[in-house]
Amino acid sequence: MSVSEQELRQVAELVRLAFSEDELRVLVGEFNRILQFVAKLNAVDTTGVPPTVQGVKVKNRFRPDQVRPSLPRTEALKNAVAVKDGSFVVPQIME
Amino acid sequence: MELCDLTLHEIKELFAEKEVLPSMVLASVAKRIQAQEESLGAYLALDLEAAFAAARAADHRIQAGKPLGEMDGIPFALKDNLCQTGKETTCASRILQGFVPPYTATAVQKLLDQGALIIGRTNMDEFAMGASTEHSAEKKTKNPWDPQRVPGGSSGGSAAAVAAGETIVALGSDTDGSIRQPAAFCGVTGLKPTYGLVSRYGLVSFASSFDQIGPIAKDAEDCALVLKAIAGFDPLDSTSLRGEQQVDYTKGLEQSLHGRTIGLPREYFGEDLDAEVRRIIMGAVEQLAELGARIVELSLKLSEYALPASYLISSAEASSSLARYDGIRYGRAAADRGDLATFYTQTRTEGFGPEVKRRIILGAYALSAGHYEKYYQKAQQIRTLIGQEFEEAFRCVDAIVTPTAPTPPFKLGDRLADPLALYLSNLYTVPVNLAGLPALSVPCGFVQGAPVGMQIIGGPFAEATILNIAHQYQKVTTYHQARPCGGRKGGSR
Repeated sequence: MSVSEQELRQVAELVRLAFSEDELRVLVGEFNRILQFVAKLNAVDTTGVPPTVQGVKVKNRFRPDQVRPSLPRTEALKNAVAVKDGSFVVPQIME
Repeated sequence: MELCDLTLHEIKELFAEKEVLPSMVLASVAKRIQAQEESLGAYLALDLEAAFAAARAADHRIQAGKPLGEMDGIPFALKDNLCQTGKETTCASRILQGFVPPYTATAVQKLLDQGALIIGRTNMDEFAMGASTEHSAEKKTKNPWDPQRVPGGSSGGSAAAVAAGETIVALGSDTDGSIRQPAAFCGVTGLKPTYGLVSRYGLVSFASSFDQIGPIAKDAEDCALVLKAIAGFDPLDSTSLRGEQQVDYTKGLEQSLHGRTIGLPREYFGEDLDAEVRRIIMGAVEQLAELGARIVELSLKLSEYALPASYLISSAEASSSLARYDGIRYGRAAADRGDLATFYTQTRTEGFGPEVKRRIILGAYALSAGHYEKYYQKAQQIRTLIGQEFEEAFRCVDAIVTPTAPTPPFKLGDRLADPLALYLSNLYTVPVNLAGLPALSVPCGFVQGAPVGMQIIGGPFAEATILNIAHQYQKVTTYHQARPCGGRKGGSR
Protein backbone atom coordinates (compact mmCIF):
# COMPACT_ATOMS: atom_id res chain seq x y z
CA MET A 1 0.00 0.00 0.00
CA SER A 2 1.46 3.33 -0.96
CA VAL A 3 0.17 6.86 -1.11
CA SER A 4 0.33 9.35 -3.97
CA GLU A 5 1.06 13.08 -3.90
CA GLN A 6 -2.49 13.65 -5.05
CA GLU A 7 -3.95 11.68 -2.12
CA LEU A 8 -1.85 13.52 0.44
CA ARG A 9 -2.75 16.84 -1.10
CA GLN A 10 -6.43 15.99 -0.57
CA VAL A 11 -5.86 15.01 3.07
CA ALA A 12 -3.83 18.19 3.61
CA GLU A 13 -6.69 20.24 2.28
CA LEU A 14 -9.09 18.55 4.71
CA VAL A 15 -6.93 19.44 7.70
CA ARG A 16 -6.19 22.92 6.36
CA LEU A 17 -2.47 22.56 5.84
CA ALA A 18 -0.53 23.70 2.77
CA PHE A 19 2.65 22.10 1.45
CA SER A 20 5.00 23.21 -1.28
CA GLU A 21 5.81 20.75 -4.09
CA ASP A 22 9.16 19.95 -2.46
CA GLU A 23 7.65 19.49 0.98
CA LEU A 24 4.99 17.21 -0.42
CA ARG A 25 7.55 15.05 -2.21
CA VAL A 26 9.46 14.54 1.07
CA LEU A 27 6.20 13.88 2.92
CA VAL A 28 5.15 11.18 0.44
CA GLY A 29 8.46 9.40 0.98
CA GLU A 30 8.15 9.56 4.77
CA PHE A 31 4.52 8.57 4.58
CA ASN A 32 5.21 5.47 2.57
CA ARG A 33 7.85 4.37 5.04
CA ILE A 34 5.35 4.95 7.87
CA LEU A 35 2.62 2.98 6.05
CA GLN A 36 5.08 0.15 5.53
CA PHE A 37 5.88 0.22 9.22
CA VAL A 38 2.23 0.13 10.33
CA ALA A 39 1.39 -2.56 7.77
CA LYS A 40 2.81 -5.15 10.18
CA LEU A 41 -0.49 -4.83 12.09
CA ASN A 42 -2.06 -6.94 9.35
CA ALA A 43 -0.20 -9.95 10.74
CA VAL A 44 -2.48 -9.98 13.79
CA ASP A 45 -5.79 -11.80 13.50
CA THR A 46 -8.38 -9.44 14.98
CA THR A 47 -11.50 -11.27 13.85
CA GLY A 48 -14.26 -10.61 16.35
CA VAL A 49 -12.07 -8.43 18.58
CA PRO A 50 -13.89 -5.31 19.75
CA PRO A 51 -11.91 -2.12 19.19
CA THR A 52 -10.95 -0.06 22.23
CA VAL A 53 -13.12 3.02 22.04
CA GLN A 54 -11.88 4.94 25.04
CA GLY A 55 -9.11 5.00 27.60
CA VAL A 56 -11.11 4.00 30.68
CA LYS A 57 -13.78 1.45 31.44
CA VAL A 58 -16.43 3.90 32.61
CA LYS A 59 -19.90 4.33 31.21
CA ASN A 60 -21.42 7.69 30.37
CA ARG A 61 -21.20 9.98 33.33
CA PHE A 62 -24.24 12.16 33.94
CA ARG A 63 -24.61 15.24 36.07
CA PRO A 64 -27.65 17.31 36.97
CA ASP A 65 -28.46 19.93 34.33
CA GLN A 66 -27.85 22.91 36.57
CA VAL A 67 -26.62 26.39 35.79
CA ARG A 68 -23.13 26.81 37.15
CA PRO A 69 -20.70 29.70 37.05
CA SER A 70 -18.60 29.69 33.89
CA LEU A 71 -15.72 31.70 32.51
CA PRO A 72 -16.65 35.41 32.30
CA ARG A 73 -17.12 36.51 28.69
CA THR A 74 -14.26 39.02 28.89
CA GLU A 75 -11.91 36.24 29.99
CA ALA A 76 -13.07 33.89 27.24
CA LEU A 77 -12.48 36.57 24.61
CA LYS A 78 -9.14 37.75 25.96
CA ASN A 79 -6.99 35.59 23.68
CA ALA A 80 -8.82 36.32 20.43
CA VAL A 81 -7.15 38.39 17.74
CA ALA A 82 -10.36 40.19 16.80
CA VAL A 83 -13.32 40.90 19.10
CA LYS A 84 -16.40 43.05 18.57
CA ASP A 85 -19.43 43.70 20.79
CA GLY A 86 -18.54 40.85 23.13
CA SER A 87 -18.11 38.30 20.33
CA PHE A 88 -15.33 36.68 18.29
CA VAL A 89 -14.87 38.23 14.86
CA VAL A 90 -14.60 35.58 12.13
CA PRO A 91 -13.83 35.99 8.45
CA GLN A 92 -16.95 36.43 6.32
CA ILE A 93 -18.37 33.18 4.92
CA MET A 94 -21.44 34.50 3.10
CA GLU A 95 -21.95 37.32 0.64
CA MET B 1 26.20 19.26 47.57
CA GLU B 2 23.97 22.30 47.40
CA LEU B 3 20.34 22.70 48.46
CA CYS B 4 19.14 22.53 44.86
CA ASP B 5 20.59 19.01 44.59
CA LEU B 6 18.49 17.69 47.49
CA THR B 7 15.27 15.71 47.13
CA LEU B 8 11.81 16.98 48.02
CA HIS B 9 11.62 14.70 51.06
CA GLU B 10 15.04 15.82 52.31
CA ILE B 11 13.99 19.45 51.99
CA LYS B 12 10.70 18.81 53.79
CA GLU B 13 12.69 17.38 56.70
CA LEU B 14 14.94 20.43 56.80
CA PHE B 15 11.89 22.70 56.78
CA ALA B 16 10.36 20.71 59.64
CA GLU B 17 13.52 21.22 61.67
CA LYS B 18 13.52 24.92 60.67
CA GLU B 19 17.14 24.46 59.55
CA VAL B 20 16.44 25.69 56.06
CA LEU B 21 13.81 28.07 54.69
CA PRO B 22 12.05 27.99 51.30
CA SER B 23 13.72 31.19 50.09
CA MET B 24 17.13 29.59 50.76
CA VAL B 25 16.21 26.56 48.62
CA LEU B 26 14.85 28.81 45.92
CA ALA B 27 18.00 30.96 46.02
CA SER B 28 20.08 27.83 45.49
CA VAL B 29 17.88 26.78 42.55
CA ALA B 30 18.06 30.31 41.10
CA LYS B 31 21.85 30.31 41.42
CA ARG B 32 22.05 27.01 39.53
CA ILE B 33 19.74 28.38 36.84
CA GLN B 34 21.91 31.49 36.57
CA ALA B 35 25.01 29.34 36.16
CA GLN B 36 23.71 26.71 33.74
CA GLU B 37 20.45 27.53 32.06
CA GLU B 38 22.01 29.36 29.16
CA SER B 39 23.84 26.23 28.04
CA LEU B 40 21.22 23.68 29.21
CA GLY B 41 18.07 25.34 27.81
CA ALA B 42 15.55 23.52 30.02
CA TYR B 43 13.11 26.41 30.42
CA LEU B 44 10.90 28.32 28.03
CA ALA B 45 9.91 30.85 30.68
CA LEU B 46 11.02 31.63 34.23
CA ASP B 47 9.01 33.42 36.88
CA LEU B 48 11.47 33.68 39.76
CA GLU B 49 10.19 36.99 41.08
CA ALA B 50 6.74 35.57 41.81
CA ALA B 51 8.33 32.40 43.19
CA PHE B 52 10.53 34.41 45.59
CA ALA B 53 7.49 36.34 46.83
CA ALA B 54 5.69 33.04 47.47
CA ALA B 55 8.84 31.62 49.09
CA ARG B 56 9.03 34.53 51.56
CA ALA B 57 5.42 33.89 52.55
CA ALA B 58 6.31 30.22 53.09
CA ASP B 59 9.35 31.32 55.17
CA HIS B 60 7.01 33.20 57.50
CA ARG B 61 4.69 30.22 57.85
CA ILE B 62 7.61 28.01 58.86
CA GLN B 63 9.12 30.56 61.23
CA ALA B 64 5.75 31.19 62.87
CA GLY B 65 5.17 27.45 63.25
CA LYS B 66 1.95 27.61 61.23
CA PRO B 67 0.49 24.46 59.64
CA LEU B 68 2.21 23.77 56.32
CA GLY B 69 0.89 22.44 53.01
CA GLU B 70 2.29 19.15 51.73
CA MET B 71 4.28 20.99 49.06
CA ASP B 72 4.88 24.16 51.05
CA GLY B 73 7.85 26.16 49.77
CA ILE B 74 8.94 23.49 47.25
CA PRO B 75 10.11 24.74 43.82
CA PHE B 76 8.27 23.11 40.90
CA ALA B 77 8.73 23.38 37.14
CA LEU B 78 5.81 22.80 34.78
CA LYS B 79 5.92 21.35 31.31
CA ASP B 80 4.67 24.03 28.94
CA ASN B 81 1.46 22.16 28.11
CA LEU B 82 0.00 22.66 31.60
CA CYS B 83 -2.24 25.71 31.84
CA GLN B 84 -1.84 28.22 34.62
CA THR B 85 -3.98 31.37 34.83
CA GLY B 86 -2.08 34.38 33.54
CA LYS B 87 1.03 32.43 32.43
CA GLU B 88 1.73 32.10 28.72
CA THR B 89 1.31 28.43 27.72
CA THR B 90 2.70 27.59 24.28
CA CYS B 91 3.33 23.79 24.11
CA ALA B 92 6.59 24.96 22.47
CA SER B 93 4.54 25.75 19.37
CA ARG B 94 4.37 28.91 17.30
CA ILE B 95 0.62 28.51 17.02
CA LEU B 96 0.12 29.08 20.76
CA GLN B 97 2.51 32.03 21.00
CA GLY B 98 0.93 34.64 23.25
CA PHE B 99 -1.79 32.30 24.59
CA VAL B 100 -2.47 33.18 28.21
CA PRO B 101 -4.87 30.66 29.79
CA PRO B 102 -7.84 32.02 31.74
CA TYR B 103 -7.81 28.93 33.98
CA THR B 104 -5.41 26.64 35.83
CA ALA B 105 -4.96 22.88 35.33
CA THR B 106 -6.37 20.86 38.25
CA ALA B 107 -3.02 19.17 38.94
CA VAL B 108 -1.28 22.56 39.04
CA GLN B 109 -4.02 24.05 41.25
CA LYS B 110 -3.59 21.18 43.70
CA LEU B 111 0.13 21.92 43.93
CA LEU B 112 -0.52 25.65 44.44
CA ASP B 113 -3.14 24.88 47.09
CA GLN B 114 -0.50 22.87 48.95
CA GLY B 115 2.00 25.71 48.89
CA ALA B 116 4.20 24.82 45.88
CA LEU B 117 6.32 27.52 44.24
CA ILE B 118 5.98 27.43 40.44
CA ILE B 119 9.28 28.73 39.10
CA GLY B 120 8.90 28.29 35.37
CA ARG B 121 7.73 26.45 32.29
CA THR B 122 9.89 23.83 30.65
CA ASN B 123 10.79 23.06 27.05
CA MET B 124 9.16 20.14 25.23
CA ASP B 125 8.58 18.71 21.80
CA GLU B 126 5.87 20.75 20.11
CA PHE B 127 2.49 19.55 21.46
CA ALA B 128 4.42 16.69 23.15
CA MET B 129 5.06 14.99 19.80
CA GLY B 130 8.60 13.68 19.85
CA ALA B 131 11.16 11.84 21.93
CA SER B 132 14.11 14.25 22.06
CA THR B 133 12.70 17.78 22.69
CA GLU B 134 14.34 18.69 19.37
CA HIS B 135 10.88 19.31 17.91
CA SER B 136 10.39 22.36 20.13
CA ALA B 137 9.70 25.41 17.96
CA GLU B 138 11.65 27.48 20.49
CA LYS B 139 15.01 25.82 21.18
CA LYS B 140 16.94 22.63 21.84
CA THR B 141 17.49 21.36 25.38
CA LYS B 142 20.78 19.58 26.15
CA ASN B 143 21.24 16.45 28.21
CA PRO B 144 22.71 17.65 31.54
CA TRP B 145 25.12 14.68 31.57
CA ASP B 146 26.48 15.31 28.09
CA PRO B 147 25.68 18.43 26.03
CA GLN B 148 26.16 16.43 22.82
CA ARG B 149 23.18 14.24 23.67
CA VAL B 150 19.41 14.81 23.75
CA PRO B 151 17.54 14.93 27.09
CA GLY B 152 14.81 12.68 25.67
CA GLY B 153 11.27 13.84 25.22
CA SER B 154 8.77 15.10 25.05
CA SER B 155 9.14 16.24 28.69
CA GLY B 156 12.88 16.83 28.08
CA GLY B 157 12.93 20.28 29.70
CA SER B 158 11.32 18.98 32.91
CA ALA B 159 13.70 16.00 33.17
CA ALA B 160 16.80 18.09 32.40
CA ALA B 161 15.79 20.78 34.93
CA VAL B 162 15.33 18.20 37.72
CA ALA B 163 18.62 16.42 36.92
CA ALA B 164 20.59 19.66 36.79
CA GLY B 165 19.18 21.07 40.04
CA GLU B 166 17.33 23.83 38.20
CA THR B 167 14.22 22.81 40.13
CA ILE B 168 13.48 20.34 42.91
CA VAL B 169 10.63 18.57 41.11
CA ALA B 170 8.69 18.95 37.87
CA LEU B 171 5.48 17.85 36.23
CA GLY B 172 5.51 16.24 32.81
CA SER B 173 2.96 14.47 30.64
CA ASP B 174 3.18 11.03 29.06
CA THR B 175 1.34 9.96 25.89
CA ASP B 176 3.81 7.39 24.55
CA GLY B 177 6.69 7.58 27.00
CA SER B 178 7.17 11.31 27.41
CA ILE B 179 7.78 11.18 31.18
CA ARG B 180 9.65 7.88 31.45
CA GLN B 181 12.01 8.12 28.47
CA PRO B 182 13.38 11.62 29.32
CA ALA B 183 13.60 10.57 32.99
CA ALA B 184 15.75 7.61 31.87
CA PHE B 185 17.89 9.78 29.57
CA CYS B 186 18.50 12.39 32.29
CA GLY B 187 19.09 9.97 35.18
CA VAL B 188 16.01 10.91 37.22
CA THR B 189 12.84 9.12 38.34
CA GLY B 190 9.61 9.67 36.41
CA LEU B 191 6.15 8.21 36.93
CA LYS B 192 3.27 7.89 34.48
CA PRO B 193 0.15 7.15 36.53
CA THR B 194 -2.80 4.94 35.56
CA TYR B 195 -4.95 6.66 32.95
CA GLY B 196 -7.68 8.54 34.80
CA LEU B 197 -5.86 8.85 38.14
CA VAL B 198 -4.66 12.44 37.62
CA SER B 199 -7.09 14.94 36.11
CA ARG B 200 -6.24 16.07 32.58
CA TYR B 201 -8.22 19.30 33.01
CA GLY B 202 -5.95 22.10 31.83
CA LEU B 203 -3.47 19.78 30.11
CA VAL B 204 -3.37 20.76 26.44
CA SER B 205 -4.56 17.69 24.51
CA PHE B 206 -2.32 15.67 22.22
CA ALA B 207 -3.99 12.23 22.23
CA SER B 208 -6.73 12.32 24.83
CA SER B 209 -7.10 8.58 25.39
CA PHE B 210 -3.39 8.32 26.32
CA ASP B 211 -2.32 11.67 27.85
CA GLN B 212 -1.55 11.55 31.55
CA ILE B 213 0.21 14.00 33.90
CA GLY B 214 2.89 12.73 36.27
CA PRO B 215 5.90 13.70 38.38
CA ILE B 216 9.56 13.83 37.38
CA ALA B 217 11.74 13.86 40.49
CA LYS B 218 15.04 12.75 41.97
CA ASP B 219 13.76 9.52 43.49
CA ALA B 220 10.74 7.26 43.95
CA GLU B 221 9.88 8.70 47.36
CA ASP B 222 9.56 12.17 45.80
CA CYS B 223 7.35 10.74 43.03
CA ALA B 224 5.12 9.18 45.70
CA LEU B 225 4.77 12.52 47.50
CA VAL B 226 3.94 14.44 44.32
CA LEU B 227 1.51 11.77 43.09
CA LYS B 228 -0.34 11.94 46.40
CA ALA B 229 -0.59 15.70 45.93
CA ILE B 230 -2.00 15.66 42.37
CA ALA B 231 -4.08 12.45 42.15
CA GLY B 232 -7.82 12.22 42.64
CA PHE B 233 -11.24 12.46 41.04
CA ASP B 234 -12.03 15.70 39.23
CA PRO B 235 -15.53 16.45 37.89
CA LEU B 236 -13.90 18.73 35.30
CA ASP B 237 -12.32 15.72 33.53
CA SER B 238 -14.89 13.21 32.25
CA THR B 239 -12.23 10.48 32.12
CA SER B 240 -11.10 11.09 35.67
CA LEU B 241 -11.77 8.01 37.77
CA ARG B 242 -13.56 7.96 41.07
CA GLY B 243 -11.01 6.36 43.37
CA GLU B 244 -11.82 4.62 46.62
CA GLN B 245 -10.22 7.18 48.88
CA GLN B 246 -7.17 9.34 48.78
CA VAL B 247 -4.18 7.00 48.75
CA ASP B 248 -0.98 7.75 50.62
CA TYR B 249 1.57 6.44 48.14
CA THR B 250 4.40 6.87 50.66
CA LYS B 251 2.94 4.32 53.09
CA GLY B 252 3.94 1.13 51.28
CA LEU B 253 7.44 2.28 50.29
CA GLU B 254 9.24 0.44 53.08
CA GLN B 255 7.59 -2.92 52.46
CA SER B 256 10.02 -5.77 51.78
CA LEU B 257 10.16 -7.25 48.29
CA HIS B 258 9.95 -10.79 49.72
CA GLY B 259 6.85 -12.37 48.25
CA ARG B 260 6.75 -10.02 45.28
CA THR B 261 6.84 -11.58 41.82
CA ILE B 262 8.43 -9.61 39.01
CA GLY B 263 8.06 -10.57 35.37
CA LEU B 264 10.64 -10.08 32.63
CA PRO B 265 8.97 -10.07 29.21
CA ARG B 266 11.39 -11.64 26.72
CA GLU B 267 10.09 -9.44 23.88
CA TYR B 268 11.66 -6.42 25.62
CA PHE B 269 15.10 -7.99 25.57
CA GLY B 270 15.32 -8.78 21.85
CA GLU B 271 17.64 -7.58 19.13
CA ASP B 272 16.47 -3.95 19.37
CA LEU B 273 18.07 -3.67 22.78
CA ASP B 274 21.55 -2.15 23.07
CA ALA B 275 23.96 -4.71 24.58
CA GLU B 276 25.28 -2.35 27.27
CA VAL B 277 21.75 -1.32 28.29
CA ARG B 278 20.83 -5.01 28.53
CA ARG B 279 23.82 -5.73 30.78
CA ILE B 280 22.85 -2.85 33.08
CA ILE B 281 19.17 -3.84 33.26
CA MET B 282 20.06 -7.47 34.01
CA GLY B 283 22.32 -6.23 36.81
CA ALA B 284 19.41 -4.27 38.24
CA VAL B 285 17.15 -7.31 37.99
CA GLU B 286 19.72 -9.34 39.93
CA GLN B 287 19.58 -6.73 42.64
CA LEU B 288 15.78 -6.99 42.79
CA ALA B 289 16.21 -10.74 43.22
CA GLU B 290 18.68 -10.17 46.06
CA LEU B 291 16.07 -7.95 47.70
CA GLY B 292 13.79 -10.97 47.80
CA ALA B 293 11.67 -10.59 44.67
CA ARG B 294 10.94 -13.72 42.68
CA ILE B 295 11.91 -13.15 39.04
CA VAL B 296 9.97 -15.00 36.35
CA GLU B 297 10.25 -14.85 32.60
CA LEU B 298 7.08 -14.17 30.67
CA SER B 299 5.95 -13.37 27.18
CA LEU B 300 4.02 -10.36 25.86
CA LYS B 301 3.77 -11.55 22.29
CA LEU B 302 1.97 -8.53 20.90
CA SER B 303 4.59 -6.02 22.08
CA GLU B 304 5.99 -5.47 18.60
CA TYR B 305 2.59 -4.21 17.43
CA ALA B 306 2.28 -1.59 20.15
CA LEU B 307 4.37 1.04 18.39
CA PRO B 308 2.58 1.04 15.02
CA ALA B 309 -0.83 0.80 16.74
CA SER B 310 -0.08 3.71 19.02
CA TYR B 311 1.41 5.77 16.17
CA LEU B 312 -1.88 5.46 14.27
CA ILE B 313 -4.23 6.00 17.20
CA SER B 314 -2.35 8.91 18.76
CA SER B 315 -2.00 10.61 15.37
CA ALA B 316 -5.71 10.12 14.69
CA GLU B 317 -6.59 11.64 18.05
CA ALA B 318 -4.11 14.47 17.46
CA SER B 319 -5.60 15.32 14.08
CA SER B 320 -8.89 15.77 15.88
CA SER B 321 -7.52 17.51 19.02
CA LEU B 322 -5.50 19.99 17.01
CA ALA B 323 -8.39 20.93 14.73
CA ARG B 324 -9.24 23.61 17.30
CA TYR B 325 -6.27 25.76 16.29
CA ASP B 326 -7.96 28.01 13.78
CA GLY B 327 -6.61 31.43 14.76
CA ILE B 328 -10.05 32.70 15.74
CA ARG B 329 -10.45 32.19 19.49
CA TYR B 330 -6.85 32.00 20.69
CA GLY B 331 -3.33 31.49 19.50
CA ARG B 332 -1.43 32.92 16.61
CA ALA B 333 -3.44 33.97 13.55
CA ALA B 334 -2.43 34.58 9.95
CA ALA B 335 -2.18 38.25 9.03
CA ASP B 336 -4.58 38.01 6.09
CA ARG B 337 -8.15 37.47 7.27
CA GLY B 338 -9.68 37.46 3.78
CA ASP B 339 -11.22 34.15 2.78
CA LEU B 340 -12.03 31.72 5.65
CA ALA B 341 -10.39 28.59 4.22
CA THR B 342 -7.25 30.49 3.24
CA PHE B 343 -7.11 32.09 6.67
CA TYR B 344 -7.35 28.70 8.42
CA THR B 345 -4.78 27.16 6.10
CA GLN B 346 -2.30 30.01 6.51
CA THR B 347 -2.74 30.12 10.28
CA ARG B 348 -2.11 26.39 10.62
CA THR B 349 0.64 26.11 8.02
CA GLU B 350 2.62 28.94 9.66
CA GLY B 351 1.81 27.82 13.19
CA PHE B 352 2.63 24.10 13.27
CA GLY B 353 6.08 22.52 12.94
CA PRO B 354 6.92 19.61 10.61
CA GLU B 355 6.43 16.76 13.11
CA VAL B 356 3.02 18.05 14.18
CA LYS B 357 1.94 18.47 10.55
CA ARG B 358 3.09 14.93 9.73
CA ARG B 359 1.02 13.47 12.56
CA ILE B 360 -2.08 15.51 11.72
CA ILE B 361 -1.89 14.27 8.12
CA LEU B 362 -1.24 10.67 9.17
CA GLY B 363 -4.12 10.80 11.64
CA ALA B 364 -6.55 12.30 9.15
CA TYR B 365 -5.44 9.72 6.57
CA ALA B 366 -5.97 6.83 9.02
CA LEU B 367 -9.45 8.11 9.84
CA SER B 368 -10.53 8.82 6.28
CA ALA B 369 -13.10 6.82 4.34
CA GLY B 370 -11.52 3.73 2.82
CA HIS B 371 -8.65 3.69 5.36
CA TYR B 372 -10.53 3.75 8.65
CA GLU B 373 -11.03 -0.04 8.99
CA LYS B 374 -7.58 -0.89 7.73
CA TYR B 375 -5.67 1.50 9.98
CA TYR B 376 -7.58 3.15 12.81
CA GLN B 377 -9.98 0.36 13.66
CA LYS B 378 -7.33 -2.33 13.26
CA ALA B 379 -5.06 -0.44 15.64
CA GLN B 380 -7.87 -0.08 18.20
CA GLN B 381 -8.57 -3.84 18.01
CA ILE B 382 -4.91 -4.58 18.63
CA ARG B 383 -5.03 -2.13 21.51
CA THR B 384 -7.77 -4.30 23.05
CA LEU B 385 -5.61 -7.42 22.64
CA ILE B 386 -2.54 -5.71 24.14
CA GLY B 387 -4.64 -4.67 27.14
CA GLN B 388 -5.82 -8.28 27.57
CA GLU B 389 -2.27 -9.57 27.32
CA PHE B 390 -1.16 -7.30 30.17
CA GLU B 391 -4.24 -8.28 32.17
CA GLU B 392 -3.28 -11.94 31.90
CA ALA B 393 0.33 -11.21 32.80
CA PHE B 394 -0.72 -9.36 35.95
CA ARG B 395 -2.59 -12.45 37.15
CA CYS B 396 0.84 -14.06 37.63
CA VAL B 397 3.12 -11.15 38.55
CA ASP B 398 3.00 -8.02 40.73
CA ALA B 399 5.09 -5.95 38.34
CA ILE B 400 6.91 -6.14 35.04
CA VAL B 401 10.46 -4.89 34.62
CA THR B 402 11.95 -3.80 31.29
CA PRO B 403 14.49 -1.32 29.95
CA THR B 404 12.88 2.14 29.64
CA ALA B 405 14.50 2.83 26.27
CA PRO B 406 16.36 0.49 23.89
CA THR B 407 19.46 2.70 23.80
CA PRO B 408 21.30 5.26 25.93
CA PRO B 409 20.50 8.92 25.10
CA PHE B 410 21.40 9.54 21.46
CA LYS B 411 23.27 12.48 19.99
CA LEU B 412 21.49 15.73 19.09
CA GLY B 413 20.48 15.68 15.44
CA ASP B 414 21.05 11.93 15.05
CA ARG B 415 17.41 10.94 14.61
CA LEU B 416 15.91 14.19 13.42
CA ALA B 417 15.83 13.25 9.74
CA ASP B 418 13.91 10.00 10.22
CA PRO B 419 10.56 10.21 12.05
CA LEU B 420 10.43 6.45 12.56
CA ALA B 421 13.91 6.22 14.09
CA LEU B 422 12.89 8.84 16.63
CA TYR B 423 9.69 7.00 17.40
CA LEU B 424 11.55 3.73 18.01
CA SER B 425 12.90 5.31 21.17
CA ASN B 426 9.41 4.72 22.64
CA LEU B 427 9.44 1.00 21.78
CA TYR B 428 9.30 -0.14 25.42
CA THR B 429 7.26 2.70 26.89
CA VAL B 430 4.33 2.84 24.49
CA PRO B 431 2.58 -0.51 25.27
CA VAL B 432 1.82 0.84 28.75
CA ASN B 433 -0.05 3.83 27.31
CA LEU B 434 -2.17 1.58 25.09
CA ALA B 435 -3.23 -0.38 28.18
CA GLY B 436 -3.60 2.69 30.42
CA LEU B 437 -1.25 1.19 33.04
CA PRO B 438 1.05 2.93 35.52
CA ALA B 439 4.81 2.70 34.98
CA LEU B 440 7.91 4.48 36.17
CA SER B 441 11.56 4.78 35.22
CA VAL B 442 14.41 4.64 37.73
CA PRO B 443 18.10 5.30 37.02
CA CYS B 444 20.09 2.06 37.13
CA GLY B 445 23.48 2.72 35.55
CA PHE B 446 25.54 4.59 32.99
CA VAL B 447 26.88 3.91 29.50
CA GLN B 448 29.86 6.12 28.70
CA GLY B 449 28.71 8.63 31.29
CA ALA B 450 25.11 8.75 30.04
CA PRO B 451 22.27 7.46 32.26
CA VAL B 452 20.19 4.33 31.67
CA GLY B 453 16.72 3.78 33.12
CA MET B 454 14.80 0.69 34.19
CA GLN B 455 11.04 0.66 33.66
CA ILE B 456 8.74 -0.86 36.28
CA ILE B 457 5.18 -1.47 35.08
CA GLY B 458 2.20 -2.14 37.37
CA GLY B 459 -1.39 -3.28 36.97
CA PRO B 460 -4.17 -0.67 36.99
CA PHE B 461 -3.86 1.58 40.10
CA ALA B 462 -0.83 -0.38 41.34
CA GLU B 463 1.24 2.81 41.71
CA ALA B 464 1.98 1.89 45.33
CA THR B 465 3.47 -1.45 44.20
CA ILE B 466 5.81 -0.04 41.57
CA LEU B 467 6.85 2.83 43.85
CA ASN B 468 7.63 0.28 46.57
CA ILE B 469 9.83 -1.75 44.21
CA ALA B 470 11.56 1.40 42.93
CA HIS B 471 12.16 2.70 46.47
CA GLN B 472 13.58 -0.63 47.70
CA TYR B 473 15.89 -0.68 44.68
CA GLN B 474 16.99 2.89 45.40
CA LYS B 475 17.74 1.98 49.00
CA VAL B 476 20.49 -0.39 47.84
CA THR B 477 21.77 1.67 44.91
CA THR B 478 23.03 5.23 44.50
CA TYR B 479 22.47 5.90 40.78
CA HIS B 480 19.58 8.21 41.67
CA GLN B 481 21.91 10.21 43.92
CA ALA B 482 24.43 10.90 41.16
CA ARG B 483 24.22 14.49 39.93
CA PRO B 484 25.60 15.76 36.62
CA CYS B 485 26.70 19.06 38.16
CA GLY B 486 29.61 18.29 40.46
CA GLY B 487 27.56 16.04 42.73
CA ARG B 488 27.97 12.45 43.88
CA LYS B 489 28.78 9.55 41.60
CA GLY B 490 26.25 6.77 41.34
CA GLY B 491 26.73 3.09 41.94
CA SER B 492 25.67 0.07 43.84
CA ARG B 493 26.00 0.15 47.61
